[in-house]
Amino acid sequence: MLSFILIIAASLFFSGLVSRTKSICSGRKGPGIFQPLRDAARLFRKGTIYSRNTSFVFRVAPLVYAASVIIACACIPLGPFPALLHFEGDFIFFAYLLSVGKFFCIAAALDTASSFEGMGASRESLYSMLAEPAFFFIMGTLALLTGFHSFNDIFALTDAYSSLFSLGTAISLAALILVIALIESSRLPVDDPKTHLELTMIHEVMILDNSGFDLGLIFCTGYLKFAMYGALIANLFLCGPLWACVLIFFAAQILSAVAVGVTESFMARFRMNHNPEFIFSIAALAFIILISTLYII
Amino acid sequence: MQYFSFEPDFLSIWFICIISLIFLNGAFYGADYLQAYRKHRKELVLHGFFYILTYLSMIALTLVGDAVSFLVTWEIMALGSFFLIIFESWKGDVIKAGLNFFIQSHISVVLLSIGFAIMYIRTGSFFFEDWAHCTESCLLPFALICAGFAIKAGFVPFHTWLPVAHPAAPAHISGVMSGVIIKIGIYGIIRMVLIFAHNLILNESMLLAGKVILAVAAISGLYGVMMAIVQHNLKKLLAYHSIENIGIIGMGIGLYCIGLGTGIGTLASLGLAGALLHTLNHALFKSNLFFAAGNVYQAAHDLNVEHLGGLVRKLPLTAFLFLVSAVAICGLPPLNGFVSEILIYLGLFDFMGAANPLSGIGAAGAIAALVLIGGLAILCFTKAFGVVFLGESRTELPEHKEFSALRLAPMFGATVIMFSIGLFPELYVSALNFVLEDAGVAPLALNGTITMIGRAATLFCILVLVLGLIRTLCNGRRKIETGPTWGCGYPVESPKLQYTATSFVKTYSSLFSAVLRSGLTEKLAKAYIRFTGRLAFLENGRLQSYILYGIVFIILTIILSLTLC
Repeated sequence: MLSFILIIAASLFFSGLVSRTKSICSGRKGPGIFQPLRDAARLFRKGTIYSRNTSFVFRVAPLVYAASVIIACACIPLGPFPALLHFEGDFIFFAYLLSVGKFFCIAAALDTASSFEGMGASRESLYSMLAEPAFFFIMGTLALLTGFHSFNDIFALTDAYSSLFSLGTAISLAALILVIALIESSRLPVDDPKTHLELTMIHEVMILDNSGFDLGLIFCTGYLKFAMYGALIANLFLCGPLWACVLIFFAAQILSAVAVGVTESFMARFRMNHNPEFIFSIAALAFIILISTLYII
Repeated sequence: MQYFSFEPDFLSIWFICIISLIFLNGAFYGADYLQAYRKHRKELVLHGFFYILTYLSMIALTLVGDAVSFLVTWEIMALGSFFLIIFESWKGDVIKAGLNFFIQSHISVVLLSIGFAIMYIRTGSFFFEDWAHCTESCLLPFALICAGFAIKAGFVPFHTWLPVAHPAAPAHISGVMSGVIIKIGIYGIIRMVLIFAHNLILNESMLLAGKVILAVAAISGLYGVMMAIVQHNLKKLLAYHSIENIGIIGMGIGLYCIGLGTGIGTLASLGLAGALLHTLNHALFKSNLFFAAGNVYQAAHDLNVEHLGGLVRKLPLTAFLFLVSAVAICGLPPLNGFVSEILIYLGLFDFMGAANPLSGIGAAGAIAALVLIGGLAILCFTKAFGVVFLGESRTELPEHKEFSALRLAPMFGATVIMFSIGLFPELYVSALNFVLEDAGVAPLALNGTITMIGRAATLFCILVLVLGLIRTLCNGRRKIETGPTWGCGYPVESPKLQYTATSFVKTYSSLFSAVLRSGLTEKLAKAYIRFTGRLAFLENGRLQSYILYGIVFIILTIILSLTLC
């Protein structure tokens, strides 16, 4: 329960912190940390326009997307403190639940009969399919190291500070999860949320026809998703009493947000045809970590 | 000597339930579907007869306990399903596909017969229960029999009949065939593992058998879904997906064998439970998908996805049913496909943790295969559902209303069962535990994962409803309008501008072109034809030569039998 509340709290400032970092790096004055929340709040107050071409799928999709991420957040513990939902194999449930949201987003994009949204849908489905093995390899590594198959037991047992080896493993896994978070949240270097050309968008182009409450919900879900991956990273380093856990949790979230902001400021996005290569190499890296763990333990 | 025995156990009962359920659904659906063929009275009568005959022979197959009656029943089933496939026998393609099926099922019979014969020579008995006491290594007959069953089930590389036969058969037959007829191959493999378990464990070849099955199954799964994505015929796409799901079931069976071979009880339980539950799940959602494809065919008279689109407005209920089954076949919660996949995942993770590093890499590869299968299935089914049902129609389609309740009722029935498995898996797993106990492996614990998946899935469904309610309340007084789709500044609206199925999977097909264009089976077939072409001189049309061949054959048989005895 506690971790669920903390993730929601972190989601309030995560996206704002990313854009604040970017504005500082590029020397702009930039919006405040809570600007994304104000954007979403404004959208929640607006009316909605649905495309004539759409069906019930388009109306259900934002709800399913939001629900999938919320329930996925409920699966993440706070170090030794258990999550709302925990059982053997919950990380498989976590990954598949996120896929349900994606399935409906892709279907909704195809529902609009638009020439552009199908393009985004095609890319999103391909990239997330390629990124998924990386997540499973990371969780496989952790399962091997701890001998358990649930977020709860895995993160209760991971102790990043016991030896140099475990610290190194934790940091490299954290870096990989951060890259996966970038891919899954459609950020640089795979996708640029600030681009102005629909032809080069991935996630943004899929939600072109969403408006009002639905768009606000999709934005909020995006913020939550970012904080959710931040929480996964934080969990690798959590230990000690409650106050220490909360402290480390927020420190990790802030560090991840700043890292994302800095990456986005100093990196250009890849050409579209380089994305699969990039994602493949991430999965390969995760696989190498898994194999070396197999041989070490 | 007694040649006939019935030995029903819980494994038989599990399969009988699945077979009966899907055949019943198929009968209700088919009764309405075949209305379009009222003029073909003769064919309809024959069709009904063979439908019942196939059903009865399949029930008998799960019950018989000796090799001779098994082969006879197997043959009746093969013949019955052959006649079911060639219902539209006035079409040339259908006959061709039917013959392809016919020949391949007889190759399977040959393999089964050889395997059974070897076992008869070794034990002097046709009864399965006597084979269990054989002390010699039975790996060879086991492999032969499994290969025979693999043809029926559609494992790669024995899959080639599937994508040809399914599009040729009428929709309800495709559904029944993919739902249960290919599953009889799975039944056969599991039955053989049960029979030979003791023998293979004694001779330390169970682990090897399990690893081979796991590898073949993982390849089948990946190959099936990879080929499915680039298909444009909706039924062919679904047929390739059957290969994928047979692969997932096979991974469960492989894990079961590995569990028996290594003596890790949980592995065997998880593998067998996953395989059996996925058999039920796949039967439910795949038959529903084929029935929905039949509705699409009768509404649009076309199965090429590039010509379809926007069918959700004409067939809203069919679209809903297709969507639910599509989510289920991708193995996504809150539906049934996820329950069986998580069991297999847990087994694979267990195996990875328990094995030596090299086997661990194999297990990691199998996990990666299962993850990729899931991801690729999402790509495939968003394409199939999106292009066929959503958006705008790409060609002029005839006007059509939603089909009658008689036709949709069995599909809704299957959907309800699918939801019940997804939301209350413990009910079905507790039934499965009887089968597990019968098979001599530990039953699965119902508290913990099994129950929690159901609870979490229920929570997810409730949350979607709550969010919908909040949206309705929020939007209460606000304006809800409809307008054109945002065209990014281009004013021309045309369905031709939509993303097509080809463009949707363009990046994918260029990435995986090496696999998609490999054409391994085609190359093998060509090599075989080239080889047999060299022997064509034997068939010279002269009667004298043929008599000579006959005499040579008889002499050879006599010499062979004399030298062997």
